[in-house]
Amino acid sequence: MKTMREAFGLALAELAKSRDDFVVLDADVAGGTGTHIFREAFPDRFIQCGIAEQNMMSVAAGLSTTGVLPIVTCYAVFASLRAIEQVRNSIAYPRFNVKIAASHLGLDVGPDGPTHQAIEDLAVYRSIPNITIVSPADPVELYKALPVVLDHDGPVYLRTGRSPLPTIFDDRLSFELGKGKIIREGRDVTIIAVGVMVHRAIEAADKLQKEGISCRLINMSTVKPIDRELIVESAARAGCLVTAEDHNIIGGLGSAVAEVLAETIPVPMERVGIRDLFAESADPNDLARKYHLLPDDIVLAARSVLRRKKNERTTGEGTGK
Amino acid sequence: MDKDEKEQLERLAAELRKYIVIMNCYAGSGHPGGALSAADIVAYLFHKELNFSPANYQDPNRDRFILSKGHSCMVLYAALAQKGFFSTEEFKKLRRIDGMLQGHPDRLKTPGVEFSSGSLGQGFSFALGVALGGKRAGLDFRVYVLLGDGELNEGQVWEGFMFGAHYRLDNLVAIIDYNKFQSDDLTSNITSLEPLHDKLASFGWQVVEINGHDFLDLEQAFSQARKTKGKPSVIVAHTVKGKGISFMENNPKWHGSLAPVGAERHRALRECGCEDLRL
Repeated sequence: MKTMREAFGLALAELAKSRDDFVVLDADVAGGTGTHIFREAFPDRFIQCGIAEQNMMSVAAGLSTTGVLPIVTCYAVFASLRAIEQVRNSIAYPRFNVKIAASHLGLDVGPDGPTHQAIEDLAVYRSIPNITIVSPADPVELYKALPVVLDHDGPVYLRTGRSPLPTIFDDRLSFELGKGKIIREGRDVTIIAVGVMVHRAIEAADKLQKEGISCRLINMSTVKPIDRELIVESAARAGCLVTAEDHNIIGGLGSAVAEVLAETIPVPMERVGIRDLFAESADPNDLARKYHLLPDDIVLAARSVLRRKKNERTTGEGTGK
Repeated sequence: MDKDEKEQLERLAAELRKYIVIMNCYAGSGHPGGALSAADIVAYLFHKELNFSPANYQDPNRDRFILSKGHSCMVLYAALAQKGFFSTEEFKKLRRIDGMLQGHPDRLKTPGVEFSSGSLGQGFSFALGVALGGKRAGLDFRVYVLLGDGELNEGQVWEGFMFGAHYRLDNLVAIIDYNKFQSDDLTSNITSLEPLHDKLASFGWQVVEINGHDFLDLEQAFSQARKTKGKPSVIVAHTVKGKGISFMENNPKWHGSLAPVGAERHRALRECGCEDLRL
């Protein structure tokens, strides 16, 4: 099993062999983000910025005007909070072609604790115009997404990750920006997940299957722009929906999906995510258990949303009829 | 610099000040104090130093002027209009709906604007990125970035001073418009910058201190910066906030955002040689 950050470093180094258009910027966390792998292979294309993320973001904007494509790398908590105003005003507003790649997402960060557990990055990035958000679910998808992200003309926030992850996809996967991918088909309930939670959602779907509940499972790896069409179609088909993210319950994937539903076909929906609190230092699995991010939590949410769907169908409430 | 050149620069700088006052009156708001203090520096840069004009402004080899103190954009708009990037008619739409001249510079709306500055500190770091990119690409353009003194309160600026020295960006010159005032008060009453020269030198930069209203000083400082190799240069330009409009000089009220009205408007227009403006 590879970690997403390792996969990111390897993918950068691999891609750099065939294209010489990009450089990687680091804020003294190369070992943490996986870019040390790239640095060893392409030291001349690695720009050390020191522990100065704010300067780094604006420097990247400047670099992008000189015929080079900068990939800024750091931990998500700094990319999404400490230096976010630089991302907004130096990169997003002037629409410079800069990519921001961040590791250390959510409670998956584990023992480093709440200061380093970015639980707000989706909420923050989602609210800034001109930025695309990509959050692959496994090393294969990350590998496939990277060239697409680099070819996209405009700022992109790319999430990697910290913990080792098994592969979900094989080499036949094609990554399409702006599209959610149905990775399991089913009719009773739709589960939409992102990042590390896609793995837990697969386990949840297996468990539900054993109870006779059939799930459609979607990997929503582009969080912005969100795949409205797929959300609406899935809601219409299943009549209820569960979202799962290792992110605060406010402003992330669940919010994005709820916004679409509220404006189209509001069906019963449940969100699995961090319940608007700061967690603690621990092994990521222990954190997932204590803060309700396990497959069983997705199963509970699915059962609950199915009950609501059934009640609404019985009473006729909430169907608009 | 001979006497004719000096007089020509004085005329061009006076015209920049006139444009600033006119724009400010049209808009009814804006930041006149820091635009006026930088007018001589900007006049020198645009007419003597920069290889930058409407003919080459998309050429990768052009020199870059980056206004990091974005709130002083009226001086940049004045210089760009003077150089023919757009008509002075645009002044009438400054800060107004559908205008190309925003309250702070917008690179996507205004031709000749390199960076959408306004959030202090960011233009400086952007300029460092441009200078580093130029060196990496083997391009020989030079980068000029104008900062405010109050802007030096921002931590990002000091991250940038470390970065610039580390990468030996001798193709970059930072100019500090040291007019001694920031938004609310004297810089020395907010969080004092002194000893500024020593601070900058200790960060590894070549430091030159000049009178920012003296074209001979400016000529000497920029020429020295060109000769400095292996480290970036910073010019500490001592200036007068509101320079040229008597009642705005050294008065923090005229930092902004505001414009003169009534008798003050007439006086400002008269002092910059524009008595017939109909608003």
